[in-house]
Amino acid sequence: MAQMNMKEAIRDAMRVELKRDPNVILFGEDVGKVGGVFRATEGLQGEFGETRVFDTPLAESAIGGLAVGLGTQGFRPIAEIQFVGFIYEALDQMFVQAARMRYRSGGRYNAPIVFRTPFGGGVKAAELHTDSLEGLAIQTPGIKVVIPSNPYDAKGLLISAIRDNDPVFFMEHLNLYHAFRDEVPEDDYTVPIGKAKVVREGKDVTIITYGLMVHTSVKAADELEKNGISAEVIDLRTLMPLDIDTIVASIQKTNRAIVVQEAQKTSGAAAEVIAQINEKAILHLEAPVLRVAGPDTVYPFAQVEDAWLPSVARIVKSVNQVLQF
Amino acid sequence: MSKVSTEAPVKKSGAQSHEVRSEDVTPLQVLSPEGEVVNPERMPKLSDDQLKEIMYRMVFTRTWDDRAINLGRQGRLGFYAPVSGQEATMVGSEYALVKEDFICPGYRDMPQLVWHGLPLYQAFLYSRGHQHGGQIPEGVNVLMPQIIIGAQILHATGIAMGFKLKGEKRVAITYTGDGGSSEGDFYEGMNFAGSFKLPVIYFVQNNGYAITTPFAKQTAAQSIAHKALAAGIRGQQIDGMDVLAVISAVQEAAEIGRNGGGATLIEALTYRFRPHSMADDTTKYRTKEEEQEWSLRDPLVRFGKFLEKKGLWSEEDTNRVKEEAKNAVNEQIKKAEQTEKMTVAGLIDSMFETTPPHLEEQKADFQ
Repeated sequence: MAQMNMKEAIRDAMRVELKRDPNVILFGEDVGKVGGVFRATEGLQGEFGETRVFDTPLAESAIGGLAVGLGTQGFRPIAEIQFVGFIYEALDQMFVQAARMRYRSGGRYNAPIVFRTPFGGGVKAAELHTDSLEGLAIQTPGIKVVIPSNPYDAKGLLISAIRDNDPVFFMEHLNLYHAFRDEVPEDDYTVPIGKAKVVREGKDVTIITYGLMVHTSVKAADELEKNGISAEVIDLRTLMPLDIDTIVASIQKTNRAIVVQEAQKTSGAAAEVIAQINEKAILHLEAPVLRVAGPDTVYPFAQVEDAWLPSVARIVKSVNQVLQF
Repeated sequence: MSKVSTEAPVKKSGAQSHEVRSEDVTPLQVLSPEGEVVNPERMPKLSDDQLKEIMYRMVFTRTWDDRAINLGRQGRLGFYAPVSGQEATMVGSEYALVKEDFICPGYRDMPQLVWHGLPLYQAFLYSRGHQHGGQIPEGVNVLMPQIIIGAQILHATGIAMGFKLKGEKRVAITYTGDGGSSEGDFYEGMNFAGSFKLPVIYFVQNNGYAITTPFAKQTAAQSIAHKALAAGIRGQQIDGMDVLAVISAVQEAAEIGRNGGGATLIEALTYRFRPHSMADDTTKYRTKEEEQEWSLRDPLVRFGKFLEKKGLWSEEDTNRVKEEAKNAVNEQIKKAEQTEKMTVAGLIDSMFETTPPHLEEQKADFQ
């Protein structure tokens, strides 16, 4: 066991896999020599060499296409897109070419690729660095979507993603890279893709969330506790495929739920979570499932980011609304 | 502190900044339209049997194209992009490769896949919209036809990188049309290949039109071959109606790629005698004169004349191959039609290695 922040845990996952499997290769803009703009790949080129870990020209579509081509030849590429907003340049390769490779070829080829990208607000970054674009991915058949919220999960989920024989969009929240340290095993372990986790047990209301909002929701649960309200917090960890069983089990206990996401209200994963709750647990609900989300604007200018992002106060208010329904 | 100059640096040679860079290019030609060898130095080393095999494949492909159009009209084929006129570029470029080389085709490039080993009935299944059409047999080094113009250029680049990383002496070849050379992925792919020195051939079949849009509207560049300059790779223009020029150019580019010399862009000047697709009407944008002019350069006629002079081919041979091709098409379309029908449950199971719970659940609705 070692104390690691999420960035270090992510780096450790890649180190473990680069060491274990010679087909794993890692590339992107500035990931080699300097180890990435967040140093998430620091030291890996030095340890594994330039044929395993390398810099590319500045072109996201080609990074995606390189990964797809390499994937057909037995490699397991980890392709980094420097910031989330730049995935638009690579959407065809990520969401069309990689996501459909197995299907189009009837299983002859597959795309065992991890597309890593940082995202997420609260760091006063420049335009198009922090948008929550997971909703685009979950609406794309053929690609899995993973968003860890802590160092332990990040390492275990990334190892699972690298070993998965289908493409995974792995989104790393900028505000969590250095937020805190956790005990993380130094050897290899996996956290299964498609499994949510109850991070705080409660009996009055279920808060379903992911990414940075897991932490905001736990803080809100602490606030609610002061008023005698017991909130259960579920960290989805994987948005596609969604672990509806864990959600339903919680709602059967609490009978009330809200979904908290950083993405705008009509994007992200909240609407799909609520639709599935309606299909599977409506008879257990005492109130409608509400959403706490960013407003449906373009991602805010840095100066207004804190007011825009879902807050503890907005989560508490939403919980009170479902409790008083 | 050094002073910032406001004057443009004086160049001693080369194009000046206000000039559009242009150099004359002459397409590589081995055979004249009359079938005379005009460039013996570039004559590929081919035995008589090989020369006959090339003609066989071109005649077969022309006949298959004719039959495919009829089958399309009868509703027995679906999406089909005609190829007549482009036999030299398609058959020749594939013939110049070896089995280990990898082909990333565009949607018109089915002949290259078939001559590289894809069974014809699977080509028909692809046209009919059946998944088995894309189930490339093991050992046949091709991807499925690419609909997104430009995407295949990046795949070939990645595959070539794989060959380089594994130290394999193989090349990847990818095809696009003149319109495709305007895509961002076209430039990105070539630029990556230049930067990483990858064994890949970018083969542009410039038939003068992207659906209805003439080449002059794609670019002000003098040629597509010039675009290699921007990526720092080799660029060459060839006569795409001359199968021996095609073979010569591709063999050379493949040899250079296999020996670590990097990528080549080949622009082949060609023409499709038929419409862009079955939904296209060429009379709206092409003239009869233009079509007649190009028909004089028909690759089958030109290569046929060359072979006839050598005593290697006759009209009877052409008729025999046509008959063989018709029979093969008839047999293979029947095989395609007899292929087991697809099911939604089968589609669901082909999405991921392990079908996730939500898809298992959705499958139940279709069983």
